[in-house]
Amino acid sequence: MKGYNFAYLDEQTKRMIRRGLLKAVAIPGHQVPFGSREMPLPYGWGTGGIQVTASILGTDDVLKVIDQGADDTTNAVSIRRFFSLTAGVRTTTETVEATVIQTRHRIPEKPLREDQIIVYQVPTPEPLSKLEPSKVETRRMHGLADYGLMHVKLYEDISRFGQISISYDYPVMVNERYLTSPSPIPAFDNPKMDMMPALQLFGAGREKRLYAIPPWTRVKSLDFEDHPFRAINAPHPCGLCGATDSYLDEIVTDDHGGRLFVCSDTDHCSERRAAGHLGTEALRDAAE
Amino acid sequence: MAYVAVKGGEQAIDNAYAWLAEDRRGDTAIPALSVAQIEAQLGRAVDRVMAEGSLYDRELAALAIKQAQGDLIEAAFLLRAYRTTLPRFAHSAPVETASMQIERRVSAIFKDLPGGQVLGPTYDYTHRLLDFSLLHGDAAAPTAPALSGRESNQSAMRRVPDILGNEGLLEPDDRDPSGSPCDPGDLTREPITFPADRDVRLQALARGDEGFLLGLGYSTQRGYGGTHPFAGEIRVGEVVIEIEPAELGFSIDIGELMLTECQMVNQFAGSKTVPPQFTRGYGLVFGFGERKAMAMALVDRALRAEELGEDVTAPAQNIEFVLYHSDNIEATGFVEHLKLPHYVDFQSELQNVRRMQAAATNDPLTTATLEPPPDGTAQSEAAE
Repeated sequence: MKGYNFAYLDEQTKRMIRRGLLKAVAIPGHQVPFGSREMPLPYGWGTGGIQVTASILGTDDVLKVIDQGADDTTNAVSIRRFFSLTAGVRTTTETVEATVIQTRHRIPEKPLREDQIIVYQVPTPEPLSKLEPSKVETRRMHGLADYGLMHVKLYEDISRFGQISISYDYPVMVNERYLTSPSPIPAFDNPKMDMMPALQLFGAGREKRLYAIPPWTRVKSLDFEDHPFRAINAPHPCGLCGATDSYLDEIVTDDHGGRLFVCSDTDHCSERRAAGHLGTEALRDAAE
Repeated sequence: MAYVAVKGGEQAIDNAYAWLAEDRRGDTAIPALSVAQIEAQLGRAVDRVMAEGSLYDRELAALAIKQAQGDLIEAAFLLRAYRTTLPRFAHSAPVETASMQIERRVSAIFKDLPGGQVLGPTYDYTHRLLDFSLLHGDAAAPTAPALSGRESNQSAMRRVPDILGNEGLLEPDDRDPSGSPCDPGDLTREPITFPADRDVRLQALARGDEGFLLGLGYSTQRGYGGTHPFAGEIRVGEVVIEIEPAELGFSIDIGELMLTECQMVNQFAGSKTVPPQFTRGYGLVFGFGERKAMAMALVDRALRAEELGEDVTAPAQNIEFVLYHSDNIEATGFVEHLKLPHYVDFQSELQNVRRMQAAATNDPLTTATLEPPPDGTAQSEAAE
């Protein structure tokens, strides 16, 4: 784009961010402060992820951007446009084709490969922030690996509700050392982070933090021996493709209780339908 | 199919752009507002956008106000996003507010003083009566009388705190227990770390939201971290800005900035090592920004509580709280991000609540059907 550097940020800034990312990869799960820039998109809308993507993107990369698992949600469209405009890289909606995937709130259903990088948009990088708002305090707690506060919170959940009540942004231990926020992905996606072949990068623009999970790193969702971690999903198959192993969105179809459950990962769903898998809703549509 | 409707899309965004452009222009029977008109006649709005946008450029600020339909936070955001792309040629020398070309200078602590009190173009003593004559345009060009000889004697306008300082009644303003005043931090380049020094705090406050600082400053007056302030001096005017290019070896004048400076004089009991002295709270803002400069000075002083051995009990004294929440571009982004889709997370909460409700009503049938599908990832993870 005229008047702007490739992928918007100047090369010095990209280098600064890449240095931060190298440190983040070297200390898996540790939050690295960085000189987050003001971006032409609002804070809280993916400025951290955009800065990470901008600093790792090359001319031959293929970029996929998803929000809520879908390529066609408005903010995903907006971010994809931003990079089409400023970097001119090829974009795709197919998980298999992408070399860089920027995401908000989901991990694609299709397992990622070693030659792919997933960039998470992170609103609140500090997993302890709901329990302790002061960053001075939480930094100290991370330094000492003092995570008792979180274990007490989980214990209190069990004593009050009979189960752990966190259903998204479910805290994980990375490489058996740092308590880390997986970003607000549903707990359903947490197991995908464990021993993932792809590099996982996290950018929090407003909070000015980077962190990373290198390929093949242990990522354990916090739990107790007698209350093992359980992912949550709607107990239905996808109405369009019939998948029973994908995370589902719930669509309200009328005002007297009608619901349709469909894959949140739109690429996964359309690929399954193309391969001939049809759910009940799709079969009904075809019959009409 | 029904599910398509909940997804956004390229077309929807394009349509929104077009609608916004039409809405911004409004009724085309009315002449379009020029940027020059905004710059000349909405000066206080331009000043506020420059201050919170952290960029001193009247024309660009006026353009941003026009583009944002007068939404000043949106305008400041436009300016910030432009500012961040600008190269940095040089750092200026510290501006010298003591040699400001005064347009306004008032002190609340002395009845009279060298240089006198200069009200300048202030709303202070106007009666807030709507002037219906402005409904039909400005009839005649208003003119103000020239400054009298005494008021225009700029060299006599010493800063009031300097007068107090000479007697040792006010702490010196070069006291910096934690860092070198020659090398100020820059929170637009480096993330804030705590404890944040006063240079970075002042930068954050100077960029901070006027409304937020006003509320915080007000809270200190109502007992939440009181500082017993007196408005030692408020001065508004142009200062010269100079840089010293390394290859020249001497400083050159590159332009003027309109600034508002407020120095609050606050009580301080002293200690065994420090004799009793008044303490300072400092505010400095681009343009005519008296309300913000005064609020900033109150908050600056409140944030010095720990340094001055006072208990930190009130929000305005909590450095982390104030610095993390004063930036309106950060705040508006994160508050407004709540309108982005969150249905993935909400869906997991829905299932969670349904599961917990089923468990609470102890309905074995419902509980069973709410288990994840048999071949789901959850089961295999739990079995590990």
